[in-house]
Amino acid sequence: MKYSWIITKRELASFFDSLLAYILLLAFLGFSGLFTWLFGSDVFLVKQASLQSFFGVAYWTLFFFIPALTMRMIAEEKSSGTLELMLTKPLTDWQFVLGKFLAALLLIGISLALTLPYYITVASIGPIDHGAVWTGYLGLLLMSAAYISIGLFASSITSNQIVAFLLALLIGIFFHLLFSILAGSFPGFIGRWMNYLSLNTHYESITRGVVDSKDLIYFFSIIFLGLFAAETAIAKRNINDN
Amino acid sequence: MDIVVQNITKKFGVQKAVDNVSFTVKTGEIVGFLGPNGAGKTTTMKAITCFFMPNEGDITVGGYSIRDNPEEIKKNIGYLPENNPLYKEMPVIDYLRFVAEIQGIPDSKIRDRILEMVNTCGLEGEKHKKISELSKGYQQRVGLAQALIHNPRVLVLDEPTSGLDPNQIIEIRDLIRKIGQEKTVILSSHILAEVEATCDRIVIINKGRIVADGTSADLRKQSQGREILKVTIEGGNKNEVFKALQGLSNVQIVDFISKGDSSFEVQSKPDTSSRRDVFQLCVKKGWDLTELTPTETKLEDVFRELTLK
Repeated sequence: MKYSWIITKRELASFFDSLLAYILLLAFLGFSGLFTWLFGSDVFLVKQASLQSFFGVAYWTLFFFIPALTMRMIAEEKSSGTLELMLTKPLTDWQFVLGKFLAALLLIGISLALTLPYYITVASIGPIDHGAVWTGYLGLLLMSAAYISIGLFASSITSNQIVAFLLALLIGIFFHLLFSILAGSFPGFIGRWMNYLSLNTHYESITRGVVDSKDLIYFFSIIFLGLFAAETAIAKRNINDN
Repeated sequence: MDIVVQNITKKFGVQKAVDNVSFTVKTGEIVGFLGPNGAGKTTTMKAITCFFMPNEGDITVGGYSIRDNPEEIKKNIGYLPENNPLYKEMPVIDYLRFVAEIQGIPDSKIRDRILEMVNTCGLEGEKHKKISELSKGYQQRVGLAQALIHNPRVLVLDEPTSGLDPNQIIEIRDLIRKIGQEKTVILSSHILAEVEATCDRIVIINKGRIVADGTSADLRKQSQGREILKVTIEGGNKNEVFKALQGLSNVQIVDFISKGDSSFEVQSKPDTSSRRDVFQLCVKKGWDLTELTPTETKLEDVFRELTLK
């Protein structure tokens, strides 16, 4: 854990050094603020103290931002050769991947924390369902963690950042949208299966205020599988076919 | 800590990058790893530093095997990879702190170690600059500093002086020799003079196999086999001198070096020397011996002979 944290600290510092973090924060807060207060189905239009529109916007903005964040995390180290340097230091491949994951998750955590003023102001103008807000944030965090691990996997199998970005989006869009659409067109068993795979289903059930262990298991499985695949892609160099 | 490489083979696809390579590096020894491009130097070094596992064979560093205790080996190795990869967006001092932390140096000692590295590697004036702003030579020093920061007992340096100017090369060489007194060092290079000047022993690898292993003197002897002298004798008839030289008991072949003067190349029979005989001959005949130089086989020739086969 100590090793992972050292990697995390360096990654976070490099986010803020490269302006990437500021651009992400600015764009995320701008978008979500705009749609919460001024545009579309904002709080004044629906005349209800609710953060539903904020969660709806954040659901899509994070979907696009996270691959942009994770695309360089391993791919760049591969192309510049620093991956070799890191993996010959006394830390395991797991600790390395975990450190990267935590750094991205922390940055998303920071940007979500910065939207708390929205919550406070909306709460002050009318009665708000506090439980739904907190589970909404939890849902966003779990969703982000799932996409970060998918993004890290995409970044670990190529040294080209653009390929990593597009691959992360391609895998992501299945969970984000396609599985739930496909679920409608397949009847019976396959449909139920697709519905279970759809991240949207689990995200909505959490944001509705119900934290079910079934949904938690779903998110943690994706996170684990993504990180496991990323670790495997890095450790592949050790596999020799005789 | 000694390095023992035992029969390692590493394949990439069907191609064997390293083929049944074995050698040892003893504690306190500096070994130069020589070979043409693509001979398997870097592959061997990556296996020693536990970057990847060889298909066959084992490597032990200080008794720890790369298969069973890679973490223990990694703690004791300082590694400068080929092309010196660095996090270029980081300032030198932050980068060294990061590496120090990841090498597990206690927090209380990190400051001192960084300062020591900055001094040893001559980075005093550049320590607050971003690595990307440094010239290649200084980047190389940063690479060396990160390899040395945890005071490792084994150093693996893949072309440590590439891209440096002659002054820097000499500085880095002196540095390696200084640190190498109590450490086990293995370094690879294309530059023969450098390996000869820095290393106690030379291992030459070609097409994945070791073709020579020994001190530079050993290698020369092995390649040359017999003594070759350049002799200039004045004060006598050229042909007469030629005949007299050929008549000496230990001499195998005599050759004119150039037509104009009376210089000869004298090759002795295997494992004999004819220097004394040539001198005695001149004394007896009253000729002037103006030159008697044993021709040294250059390491370049040894290298070419071994790697062009």
